[in-house]
Amino acid sequence: MTTTHNRRWPKVVLQLAFLIFAVIQLYPLVWLVFSSFKTNLEITGSNVMGLPNEWRWANYDYALFKANIARNFLNSLMYTTVTVIISALLSAMVSFAVARMKWKLNNVVLTFFMLGLMIPVHATLLPVFQMLKMTSLLNTPWALIIPYTVSALPTTIFIMIGFFRALPGELEEASVVDGCNIYQVFFRIMLPLVKPAIVTTSIFTFLSAWNELMFANTFINDPDLATITVAINSFKSAYATEFGPMFAGMVVATLPMIIIYLFLSNQVQKSIIAGAVKG
Amino acid sequence: MHQVFGNKKAIAVFVVPALILYILVGFFPILQSMYYSLLDWDGIQPAKFIGLASYKDLFFTDTYGMDFNHSILNTLYLAVLSVFMQLPIALVLALVLARGVWGEKLYRTLYFIPVLVSSSVIGVMFLKIYQPEYGLLNTILNQLGLSSWTHDWLTESGTALISVMIPIVWQYIGYHMLLMYAAIKGIPEDLYEAAKIDGASSIRTAFSITIPLISPILKVCVIFAVLGSLKFFDLVFIMTNGYPTPETSVPSTLMYSSIFNRNMYGYGSAMAVFMVVECLFFYLVLQKLIRTYDDKEES
Repeated sequence: MTTTHNRRWPKVVLQLAFLIFAVIQLYPLVWLVFSSFKTNLEITGSNVMGLPNEWRWANYDYALFKANIARNFLNSLMYTTVTVIISALLSAMVSFAVARMKWKLNNVVLTFFMLGLMIPVHATLLPVFQMLKMTSLLNTPWALIIPYTVSALPTTIFIMIGFFRALPGELEEASVVDGCNIYQVFFRIMLPLVKPAIVTTSIFTFLSAWNELMFANTFINDPDLATITVAINSFKSAYATEFGPMFAGMVVATLPMIIIYLFLSNQVQKSIIAGAVKG
Repeated sequence: MHQVFGNKKAIAVFVVPALILYILVGFFPILQSMYYSLLDWDGIQPAKFIGLASYKDLFFTDTYGMDFNHSILNTLYLAVLSVFMQLPIALVLALVLARGVWGEKLYRTLYFIPVLVSSSVIGVMFLKIYQPEYGLLNTILNQLGLSSWTHDWLTESGTALISVMIPIVWQYIGYHMLLMYAAIKGIPEDLYEAAKIDGASSIRTAFSITIPLISPILKVCVIFAVLGSLKFFDLVFIMTNGYPTPETSVPSTLMYSSIFNRNMYGYGSAMAVFMVVECLFFYLVLQKLIRTYDDKEES
């Protein structure tokens, strides 16, 4: 049906337009990859646009180990993974209690969490900074894991509540009849059933924590503990004359996300849509 | 049965951990910021209560020459650019892609890739693209024989703001496109069949069927784009950090530098609180202002 519908569109023009737009969206990233293999001389004028004259893997060696981007990469991976696990577990517990258990204040609690969807985190920056300083958590992984977990809660709860509400009631009743207590109902019966929601929200949380800059730049000063986003940003002043390695570091920060995306694109796209519908 | 699902202790076990974290690190800090905004405080000396004086200074006196009003205008300009440039491009792409084009899934996947790139990478990358002597943009212009079009993009006051905004608009086109695309795919096929039997053109169909039916998601996109613009931070912080001022400063970078570079805790908090109020205000106004297909059904 759609093919006849489209017959009026000049197909070649359409394809050309889509291709040009693909170039606009992707050429800067391709240029980034090419530049990551070039010498300073090529980058600063002799060969700005083309393929590298020689593929210099040494740039990657420099970025990963001399400038220690590998370390920052692992830091980011650790912080985001812990954030994803804690926020998924906490949100699933809250969502279960609100959606499936019987108590008076459930809607009040839910509304309270949902307020967090609208409020910019900027306004928590200074108070949270002081709180972390007072509790000596500043400059530790927790300085990011805790605020990231909290920022993830409203969205994650919002998405999970929908899933919990959609589950049929018979399952939990049957399992209670079979002698499960409430914790077993949650961990053994419900949690496996909302796995799709957990995957969706995890991707969403992962993306936002991985890319976060303001907190990461403020709550951790120690370069050995810094995230990769902060490391990339400080690379531009610390190794200002090492252009090739700088581009290599940026590719290292980017490529894993794109590879994961190409494997999980449907799931990633679903999670973005679920995260947006909250608005 | 009711005993099991009304188990007060279990409810507490499930809800309290998240609630405590959320109150301590999310809700309570907002209240603290509101209180700080009423103080004259550098974080070291004892604080002095000055009421709304910081707000007055921010908008009227501008003792510190930060030109906060101009920074608000910059974010409003970004919001306009997002709504009237980014969203229409995304909508056209989504409309055409969703109605079936060769390579539909490939394009959908490719256009989304910039969304995944961390803003610090985008920022540093565009710093290099705009670099005046050997940056990609000026190099391309020179090769095309358009040397007169080249600029020192990020430092000239005429081009600085738009140069910071282009990457923001560029990065999120794919994001909005995806949301709209998913919404269009949810429209039942028989509506299109009916339109075709009636002899409606593609453009007519888009305006009378598709766009009204996806208006709820368009509303979400507008709210996202506007609120995202108002609190924008990352790329400005990386690319110009607000310089040249006030051409590229935004409220969030001014807030950041007031607090962490100038130790003006009260003044910076006033900016933070202003941003909370501003976002809530725009959220409510846009919710009221934009009437979607769903709203009309209900009323």
